Amino acid sequence: MKTSNDCTNQNFLNYVKSISPKTKQRRSLIRAFWVGGVICMIGQTFRYLLEFGLGLSGDELSSYVSMIMIFLGALLTGLGVYDRIGKYAGGGSIVPITGFANSVVSPAMEFKTEGYIYGTAAKMFIVAGPIIVFGIASSVLVGILYFIGLRIF
Amino acid sequence: MVFEIFLTYLKVFVVGGAICTIAQLFINYTKITAGKILVYFLLAGVLLQAVGLYQYLVDFAGAGATVPICGFGYLLADGAIKGAKIGLFEAITGGTTAAAMGITAAIIFGYIFALIFKSKSKRN
Repeated sequence: MKTSNDCTNQNFLNYVKSISPKTKQRRSLIRAFWVGGVICMIGQTFRYLLEFGLGLSGDELSSYVSMIMIFLGALLTGLGVYDRIGKYAGGGSIVPITGFANSVVSPAMEFKTEGYIYGTAAKMFIVAGPIIVFGIASSVLVGILYFIGLRIF
Repeated sequence: MVFEIFLTYLKVFVVGGAICTIAQLFINYTKITAGKILVYFLLAGVLLQAVGLYQYLVDFAGAGATVPICGFGYLLADGAIKGAKIGLFEAITGGTTAAAMGITAAIIFGYIFALIFKSKSKRN
């Protein structure tokens, strides 16, 4: 009786082990989907507000929208709210531009004890630095390739 | 009009959510860290716009395509391509000019809020 009970326990534990990571991963995908979607919808709302409210368009419009989203991301990180969203949503909070702001503010706050220059200002770019380096480098590459391509063909 | 706005929001939600779900797939099934995912997504945006594909996604989904970090890559590549049509100087500076607002906002707001607020991670 005892052995069979152990056996069922073991089976049950194996069953739990085989099921739980999958459902956990599936849940994380759903969370990333809806939180990421909602953040983008907030961005779209600001797009509409600036487009119909202030009459902005084109590059100016999208620049101001990203400025507002970065402002919100930085503010929520400062208040400690964004880290909670991040724990819940994972990729849903990392990939939007608010996550970029979070990656700037979060280490900047953390390393404030090391001073305002080598602490805050230097550590701001732990995650954002590579993004800016690769972003600007690849855009220069694209620009030069297009410049050459347009004049040859 | 109302239906159009509703449809736009639906597109924004689905496309933005889908891009974030792809990132979550990388987090779940590979050992790539969040910082590297950001760089890969950015480069994917640059590459897709360099071959002219990301523009379709932006036209289709608006903020659903521009708010994720690949939209930042799109902005960089788009600025560089527009600049390349004018001249070499604009080809080199075009990407950075297009992304100037994003980078400036991140630095200014980032520094200000880092000065104002204290880190909460140690208290938890």
